[in-house]
Amino acid sequence: MQQRVNQAETKTATLWQWINNTFHRFGSPKYFYDLTGKLLPWCWAGVLLVLIPGLIWGLAFAPPDYYQGNSYRIIFIHVPAAGIAMMGYAVMAFAGIVTLVWRMKMADVIAKVVAPIGASFTFLCLVTGAIWGRPTWGTWWEWDARLTSMLILFFLYVSVMALRAAIEHPDVAARATAVLSIVGIVNLPIIRYSVNWWNTLHQPSSIRLTGSSLAPEMLYPLLACIVGFYFLFAVLVMLSARNEVLLREYRSAWVKKWLKP
Amino acid sequence: MTIKRASLPPLLEAASLPPLSQGFGALLRRDLLLASRQRSDLIYPVFFFFMVVSLFPLGIGPDGKLLAKTAPGILWIAALLSTLLATDSLFRQDYDDGTLEILLSSPQSSFVFVTAKVLAHWLVASLPLLLFAPLIAVMLHLDGRGIGILLASLALGTPILSLISAIGASLTVGLRRGSMLVALIALPLYVPVLIFAVGAVETATLGGSVAGHIGYLAAMLVLAVTLAPFAIAAGLAISVKA
Amino acid sequence: MPAPLQQAPLLQASQLYCERDERVLFARLDFTLHSGELVQVEGPNGAGKTTLMRSLTGLNQYFEGEVRWRGYSLAQDTTAFHAETLALGHHSGIKLPLTPTENLRWIAAARGISLHDLDARIAFSLDAVGLSGFEHQPAHTLSAGQKRRITLARLFLEPATLWVLDEPFSAIDKAGVAALEGLLGDHIQRGGAALVVTHHDLRLARPHHRLLLGQGRRGEWQWQEAVAA
Repeated sequence: MQQRVNQAETKTATLWQWINNTFHRFGSPKYFYDLTGKLLPWCWAGVLLVLIPGLIWGLAFAPPDYYQGNSYRIIFIHVPAAGIAMMGYAVMAFAGIVTLVWRMKMADVIAKVVAPIGASFTFLCLVTGAIWGRPTWGTWWEWDARLTSMLILFFLYVSVMALRAAIEHPDVAARATAVLSIVGIVNLPIIRYSVNWWNTLHQPSSIRLTGSSLAPEMLYPLLACIVGFYFLFAVLVMLSARNEVLLREYRSAWVKKWLKP
Repeated sequence: MTIKRASLPPLLEAASLPPLSQGFGALLRRDLLLASRQRSDLIYPVFFFFMVVSLFPLGIGPDGKLLAKTAPGILWIAALLSTLLATDSLFRQDYDDGTLEILLSSPQSSFVFVTAKVLAHWLVASLPLLLFAPLIAVMLHLDGRGIGILLASLALGTPILSLISAIGASLTVGLRRGSMLVALIALPLYVPVLIFAVGAVETATLGGSVAGHIGYLAAMLVLAVTLAPFAIAAGLAISVKA
Repeated sequence: MPAPLQQAPLLQASQLYCERDERVLFARLDFTLHSGELVQVEGPNGAGKTTLMRSLTGLNQYFEGEVRWRGYSLAQDTTAFHAETLALGHHSGIKLPLTPTENLRWIAAARGISLHDLDARIAFSLDAVGLSGFEHQPAHTLSAGQKRRITLARLFLEPATLWVLDEPFSAIDKAGVAALEGLLGDHIQRGGAALVVTHHDLRLARPHHRLLLGQGRRGEWQWQEAVAA
């Protein structure tokens, strides 16, 4: 009996140790650099084999929409970009929590590089939304609920980047932007809800960019584009995170070795 | 007159913590006392509010119907800018003169101090706004029911705005380019308050029920009062302890 | 020598390391401070004296190493430490529109000092630093030395075991400096401890320690013993 309890204890201890070790390894810049080096080719493969075929399929071969004709094809960029825009902010806020609670260096590298990438996808989503608005609503900008929410998300990204740029001390910048992105993620659902509510109050119904049901011939390329955009996001984040790691660790032995093999 | 070698107080053996209300009350009293010595803090936000509102008829024309229709939005945007401008230096003086160092190395929780500071600031900068808002609303042809709801929405909404901009102020207090940054940080977060508050006033002028709007504002106030002080205290610790 | 309050030293710093702008301020810094001891911290400008004081009192979180108060790590809990420590830095926390009494009143309350007969104790403290007669004048009407003495009045007001004083002699006249030195002696005599940053040659009635920072490019430091004057 005693032995079994001991065994169980050792098992939990090893599991805990394993979690701790993995966590600490992720926190090590060198481990991160090596790991992303191995992951990058796979993500590139995802971009080449999923995103590019998906885009070609969606933009060139999917059938035109009954109501909107060919202009609907912009959803193959707009919808995935919107998903990345929101996920990017969530990643940044989660990295902020890790920075504040566990003081892990790598989390701030991720938070720092995700901000401009997420903001770019948000901008892409806004621009494609505006372009789509021209043939559909007849204006370059319509205060549609989703577009307005995206615009405010874009502002939130801008404020986080502005705060980081203003603070010289990198550790202070890391923690301050972490607090701000957590405040932002708490507020995002409230902002989205209030904007939807405001929109229904002022413009009862309008044509939506994404209908309730898409035909399978349109849905499959859209799914491919969504998955492909995630691969693209992963590639971009890893590339810039690897750059950032080298910049921050340029004094360490492994970077010097890497620079002069 | 110089320093005497007078007797020092006996050393504290075991620290017994005073009630939290002690630090809260002391800081609240101090900030109100300071405001009473620097009365300009009380009237500047009101004048700013007044001036911004006056710019709108000059900008969009004096048409009474148009003004009455846009009054809720104009009044709220002016109140929002006034709160933003008043709050961006909320911690600046306390940072420069070392008050924040005393507060952050006190055995008491900084949560309490932060709440006291924001409350004092709201009493000084936003309460006068509430007193003058009806007069200024009349100039925009807002009707009686609209004015009543405007006051209610300001009473519930401006504390949320103060708490939000205090987060921005706490994160930027050590920076030279602070005030523009506070605006960039706070303005997107103001959106829900603006929407529900303006919605309430508009609905009131149209004769609808505003219980829902006011309920949302009250819920957001509760949320802000409970959560924002944590973010403000964390922001101050990050800015000062560097 | 008064008996220490407990077995553990009051303050124990181990393996402190801090760098600023890629310059090492101090490295592998170890020292202990027992009740009844005083450490004078010295070093050239920019050697990291103030940074060390701020690190020890929790106002700088960007350093490595461990600080313990009465045996308990400050990384775990700082409440007892803050309750027993009086730190006077470069900034005073004095509000110029308020009178010395009003200033001390809020500082005492914020520091968690019992409000029992507070006003009498404030009056006593202000008298001790030679500010009687100025208790109810706004601080902006006082001279630099007088403003400095409002801050020093806290030494008489707060019953703190550890004093952390950063340049306490600035803007203080000769007689005041002598009195302060006497007070430092009284404080360690009663079982207190002190960390004092100053270039002034401290003349104390008891021996004390000197910590010299900035003794090399890699954060070297020296520990010396100073004899009683």
